[in-house]
Amino acid sequence: MSRSELSSVDAVIEQLAQHDYLADRGLATSIFLAAELQRPLFLEGEAGVGKTEVAKVVAAITGADLIRMQCYEGIDVSQALYEWDYTRQLLHLRTAEATGTAREADVDELEDELFTERFLIRRPLLAAIDHRSAVPPVLLIDEVDRADDEFEAFLLEALSDYSVTVPELGVFAAEDPPLVIITSNRTRDVHDALKRRALYHWVEHPSFEREVAILERKAPKVSAKLARQVASATGQFREMGMYKPPGVAETLDWANALHLLAQTDLTEEFVDATLGTLLKYREDQERARREGLGTVVETALGA
Amino acid sequence: MTTDLGEAKFESPAVERLATGFVHCLRSGGLTIPVGMTLRFTEALDAVGIVHRDDVYWAGRATLVSRPEDIAMYDAMFLAFFHQNGSGFNVRFEDEPESVPLGTDDGDGDGHGDDGDDEVLALRYSASEVLAEKDFAEFTKAELHEAQRVMASMRISPSMRTSRRRIPAGRGDRHDLRRTVQAAMRTAGEPLALRRTSMGVRTRRLVLLLDVSGSMEPYARVLIRFAHAAVVGRGRVEVFALGTRLTRMTRQLGSHDVDEAVAAAAESVVDWSGGTRLGEAIGAFNNDWGVRGMARGAIVVVLSDGWDRGDPAQMDAEMERLHRTAHRVVWVNPLKASPGYEPIARGMAAAMPHIDTFLEGHCLDSLATLADSIGA
Ligand SMILES: Nc1ncnc2c1ncn2[C@@H]1O[C@H](COP(=O)(O)OP(=O)(O)OP(=O)(O)O)[C@@H](O)[C@H]1O
Ligand SMILES: [Mg+2]
Repeated sequence: MSRSELSSVDAVIEQLAQHDYLADRGLATSIFLAAELQRPLFLEGEAGVGKTEVAKVVAAITGADLIRMQCYEGIDVSQALYEWDYTRQLLHLRTAEATGTAREADVDELEDELFTERFLIRRPLLAAIDHRSAVPPVLLIDEVDRADDEFEAFLLEALSDYSVTVPELGVFAAEDPPLVIITSNRTRDVHDALKRRALYHWVEHPSFEREVAILERKAPKVSAKLARQVASATGQFREMGMYKPPGVAETLDWANALHLLAQTDLTEEFVDATLGTLLKYREDQERARREGLGTVVETALGA
Repeated sequence: MTTDLGEAKFESPAVERLATGFVHCLRSGGLTIPVGMTLRFTEALDAVGIVHRDDVYWAGRATLVSRPEDIAMYDAMFLAFFHQNGSGFNVRFEDEPESVPLGTDDGDGDGHGDDGDDEVLALRYSASEVLAEKDFAEFTKAELHEAQRVMASMRISPSMRTSRRRIPAGRGDRHDLRRTVQAAMRTAGEPLALRRTSMGVRTRRLVLLLDVSGSMEPYARVLIRFAHAAVVGRGRVEVFALGTRLTRMTRQLGSHDVDEAVAAAAESVVDWSGGTRLGEAIGAFNNDWGVRGMARGAIVVVLSDGWDRGDPAQMDAEMERLHRTAHRVVWVNPLKASPGYEPIARGMAAAMPHIDTFLEGHCLDSLATLADSIGA
């Protein structure tokens, strides 16, 4: 498999940037290697560092379908892999009965008919492995830390050789495997075995300069000066040991809010008034106020 | 092509050797790296090439590290392996020193490139330069992490050379060693000969006594990480906390996860950030551990600002005892660097006559000096 858009680390950086995603070299290398070595990529990091977004953008730049599997507690094989469409199977039986075909046909034959691909509902994993498209899709397994251990074991099996078995139909194997991106917010540790199958990248909050650049791209109305101040202040808040350190989405929201309020520079008053856009938890807002918004603003003005 | 132990076809055996060597180095540093990962790392190196330092760094990160806790160790080992000439691999990267992702930024700034080993050295400096002289009391959390990496790459262990002096004169060191080994082989490990061998080459013990009282708070949080680096490094190291009482922290600091280790150590010290009775605590060390053998012939390093609420006469007496048992006593005082500093704090003044080496300890540079002094 070669996706020319991902043919080198630099190409990855450039292509992502063309889609307004500014990746650092580490993330870009891991994406390049995932494509090159045909390995799943495991992205771990705090909320809002851009894990989900990068998967979407990778799909966009390769022109591939994005198949997303959102994990949650209790997710099981029938939601992840495949399910038989019982309603349609039943309907098919009724029709056979009504038209009289049921009586003539062998019962076995009728049963065989029921378990054909016609009645198979392909869930994300099967859809991604048995994709039948020119460009293999990007399979995003989002927030795997929310699923249970058994589900991990099952994922591990499916990802180890990019094949799945449907007992009634046989084995589906990917000739051209999908690019699999697994994300985790690390609310719990995912099993080592699953990590071992994959390449791993710990996604950090963006550096100051990168965050300024992201603001320039994604909030173009915000002045360069305010963008620097916002990025500086956000960086400082992240250092305060928050329950939920602000992610890039929050930085963008905050910058836009300040801009809409016609602010050209940070002031303690307006930081205070808009703090809720940046820090979502009351405890975090209190912490920020305790540490002193004044000092944060002062430092940010010098950025 | 991607099965873990499939047939290996590499563009160059050098890549394979480099991968094997580096993985070995990481394992010796305490990282758990499953068997198949060397091959995967090699594949990654083949894909990105070994021309640019960053590419090698990130190829390893993507294939050999799978927990954020391991990153600091990986970074330290990467530096040690590729930049300290210890690997036997003369890897010359063609890009600029600034690009090693060691700082808190992404390390994608541009720089000037000259090549060769000088550059390698330049890199070690430039990477930590910014932080080198900054006072620990002003460190942010991110800088603390950065400092941790730098400390993890320091070699904090007494050298072996000094102890060889104990071998009786009249016999050349090498000759003696060779004969000892030969004798041991002949007798399948005859005890006396073996003991002499160990006397000849064993490193000295290093004992760190860290003041954890309130006044040391801004420094103790960094210095305990230095202690951790010493404990997980090579050598025989013991660490105690000095507060209103003495607490041994060696065991707690043994975990390779520095945050875990520091948390466990701090938890074990009931009077962390409390008061100090330095003389009494040092006395407790002398009585319970030091004089019984732990301090004998050891390098003892006291890390303290010398503020003491106890009796200076006791301090004087206990320091004298310590000095008599130990091979060398080093005092590290973070306040020493302040302009106009004089050791007039009562405890400090009482201790001064019993100290061999008096050092600063407020910044990374001064800890590097300390590490050198310990190894001297
Ligand atoms: N490097 C980046 N360049 C451009 N935009 C970014 C970058 N990182 C994050 N963003 C933006 O930040 C927002 C949050 O990212 P995303 O939802 O992907 O985060 P996440 O890591 O998946 O977080 P969560 O755990 O909350 O799902 C997205 O809207 C994305 O556009
Ligand atoms: Mg997400």
